Amino acid sequence: MEALSLPAALSLVAGGGAGLSPELRAALAASLPLVQRDYRFERVWFWGCIQGVRGAYYIAQGLGPDRAFPRALLFSGLNCLDWSLLTPATEEMLALAEEVKGRFQGDPSFEYSLSKLSASNHPVIKEEARLIATIEEIDRAVGIVPRGAFVKTPLGSVHENRHFEGLSLVEAKKLSSYFHFTEPANLKNKTLLEKADLDPSTDFLNSLEHDIPQGSWSIQLEKGGSVVVLRSLLWLGLTFYHVPMTKQFGYVYFGTGEKNLDLPFML
Amino acid sequence: SVAPGCRPAEPQTSEPGPALWESRERRRGSEQPRGLRRSISQPHQEPHRAQDCRGPAGRPVQHDKHGVAAGASAKHQPETRRDKAPRAPGARHSMDPSPESDPSHEPQSAYPQDAYDGGHGPYQPHEPGYGLDQPGYSPYEDEIPDPQARMLAIKNAKAYLLKTSTKSGLNLYDHFATMLTKILDEQPENTVDIIEDISQDVKWAQFRKKMDTLRDEHLIPPTFEAAEKCKALFGWSDGEKGKEEVVGEPALPNVMETAFYFEQAGIGLSKDECYYIFLAFKNLVNVQPIQTCRFWGKILGLEMNYIIAEVQLREGEEEEEEREEEEEETVAEEEKEMGEGEEEEKQKEKEPEPPKSTYKPPPEIPKEANGTGTNKYVYFVCNEPGKPWVKLPPVTPAQIVCARQIKKFFTGRLDAPIVSFPPFPGNEANYLRAQIARISAGTHVSPTGFYQFPEDEEEEEGGDTYEENPEFEPSPVAEMVESLAMWAHHVKGILKQGRCVWINPVQKSEEDEEEDEEEEEEEEEEHQEETGQPLLTLISEDEGMKNIPAWTAQASTNLIPEYSIAILQSNRWPGAYAFASGRKFENIYFGWGHKYSPESHTPALPPPAEAEFPTEPGITEATDPTVEEELAFKAAQEEALAEAEEEEDEEGEDD
Repeated sequence: MEALSLPAALSLVAGGGAGLSPELRAALAASLPLVQRDYRFERVWFWGCIQGVRGAYYIAQGLGPDRAFPRALLFSGLNCLDWSLLTPATEEMLALAEEVKGRFQGDPSFEYSLSKLSASNHPVIKEEARLIATIEEIDRAVGIVPRGAFVKTPLGSVHENRHFEGLSLVEAKKLSSYFHFTEPANLKNKTLLEKADLDPSTDFLNSLEHDIPQGSWSIQLEKGGSVVVLRSLLWLGLTFYHVPMTKQFGYVYFGTGEKNLDLPFML
Repeated sequence: SVAPGCRPAEPQTSEPGPALWESRERRRGSEQPRGLRRSISQPHQEPHRAQDCRGPAGRPVQHDKHGVAAGASAKHQPETRRDKAPRAPGARHSMDPSPESDPSHEPQSAYPQDAYDGGHGPYQPHEPGYGLDQPGYSPYEDEIPDPQARMLAIKNAKAYLLKTSTKSGLNLYDHFATMLTKILDEQPENTVDIIEDISQDVKWAQFRKKMDTLRDEHLIPPTFEAAEKCKALFGWSDGEKGKEEVVGEPALPNVMETAFYFEQAGIGLSKDECYYIFLAFKNLVNVQPIQTCRFWGKILGLEMNYIIAEVQLREGEEEEEEREEEEEETVAEEEKEMGEGEEEEKQKEKEPEPPKSTYKPPPEIPKEANGTGTNKYVYFVCNEPGKPWVKLPPVTPAQIVCARQIKKFFTGRLDAPIVSFPPFPGNEANYLRAQIARISAGTHVSPTGFYQFPEDEEEEEGGDTYEENPEFEPSPVAEMVESLAMWAHHVKGILKQGRCVWINPVQKSEEDEEEDEEEEEEEEEEHQEETGQPLLTLISEDEGMKNIPAWTAQASTNLIPEYSIAILQSNRWPGAYAFASGRKFENIYFGWGHKYSPESHTPALPPPAEAEFPTEPGITEATDPTVEEELAFKAAQEEALAEAEEEEDEEGEDD
């Protein structure tokens, strides 16, 4: 979620019971603008918090002019004041991190020993790499934005749509009004009829309605329809909020950083 | 109006070819010194070109004005110029205040008079431009010289713009007008970049308006309904009920205080929601006969969430409810028996029954009495503050045992069925109650020493009661965080059987079987007595999973240690939290209602297939007799028959 609108946004996602203490909020309000200044980001998003056994990681992302470009990751352990830059995720890291199961420990230098099968080169993986990979996976899988919030210019870069005025209440209840904010996987596989309704400047991402398994999102209207909250069931803890007919939206993750592989049994 | 003595029309819609410019220049050249002419004719040309490429704003406007005016008068120029010639310059000067146009129009103004003044009369036939001053031969013939015609052209253009589209009923003129009005009202930045979007939006707005007039129903969005409900929460009248509550302890929990402490750890709902819950609790306390009440937590669901209150009803009320429930059960049983009796009669009339199954289900373990064990508290749930509170039924051991084996999301509707294997005996309300029982048993903790066993009773291991310790001294926060031995469970753990207190199911089963006709003595299965941990166990004895401890303890803040509080998070039940600060402590749960398991959930396998029928001699398959055996059997039978007949004959003969 946008760092500047953090206080209001946190109260909108608080329905899940997770939030930030006043101390952390104050620290974020002070440190995120400084991060923006130091790294010359155009936008800073507070991504969320991954709870480890002995400590927690607070993550922020910085965006450049092209919003689709891979975002810079920063993390801070426990006090939200000192932020360290993380290296971008690589495919290798992602593959290794899939092997690791269990909770995060809370210490970035902790090393997990992987089983012998896959990891020929790397018998261990550090918690920091696992963290980076997990954040990247979560963003790819369940990082969502409303339809129309971002436009793609003819040059290929992605910008915020200043003409976006929010989804209507009817649209906000449909899964097809939300897009994954990542490289689209199968955008071309649509019938001509469907494509006719699309607008290539706004419909350049995958929508949520074809997510597998079906029903892996829970849409709720809170406060009698004044806020629509989507919670991911695949990555428990990811909450997306949007106030219909306004420009406010955002997502945040408060959780343990583990994928919910039991989802098919639970539905 | 006709501009008196106007210059030849400046071309507005068409650009004259170079020849015309040249002819103009030459014409003017006769009137004025060359230098002046050039400098004058230059700006004269440019404004014209600038008209097409949008030059300074002033000029095109003036061009239009002049153009129109000129167009209006073009036809009459040859005549009127001569008529109004003397007055023309002065009037024109007053008409054209701008210095730019004056010099540019000077040559034209000079033209008619200079025809007689400057020595250039009407052109000689050998001069180019000859005959052009005659009406109908003006170089600007391709323009519409007639002012009427020009006006007509404008009207045609406007009519074209006003033409209504057959598809949408809009017309371009209105659309542009609306769009420009909107742009000028809102004044967005970089309008040219978003002009298409604005145009689209204006169109959509038009369209929607028409739809609204067609339907014009008052669709009350749910926002307002919910707001009504929330407002109703505030408007509950205290009146007499308020006075009754003063007697005894306040039953209403201080939800806001608890929320404040949990907020220090970053846990909890938004303040608004907490306050609504507070008011909802007040309603609950007014409606139900409640002795103590506590905010247990919130469980998230797919469609709706649950807000849960843990309640102890006043004693008289509980007994009444128990009796009511028992009556209902006995009535149901009687009905069932009558139904069975009828069926049995019918069946006896028919053919002999097929062999009955000898399967005896394991004896049902009775649930614990209300007020003890897993049913110590009564739970009320509602989906949102403002909606009515629903009481959850007491939990049975079978439900707890099954709930341990399944993992399902809650939908938010209490009557939703639970489709699972092993099949859950009940619907979502029962599953919810079972999970609440498990969570309470696993994660409700308090500082060690806060509760103690009452001294008058014997210290049995099955002791269920505890009372507050008046001599409790709270330990400092640092200690509470460092050592988990400072916390203790105050809810009894649930055994494998599904109860807190073990019961031997065999004894009970004998009573139940008195009704059945077939009394078969089963082999007595040896139920091993299960014991769980005693009541006030320290949580340091909780086992972790692999390398993860069962609890994580933290202080809420390291910056201000004198006011920090100790926070416990459960790793076995993610979402269960507890805080302690001095004498205050509280437990709460915010989550999806599932236990954490390091391995993935594996559903139970179906049991092995039962034998279809018991092995009896009559059913056991035997090999068919061979032909020889059959013949031998037949021969033996015939012999026996023959002997029997002979005997009978002999007897008959004897008589």
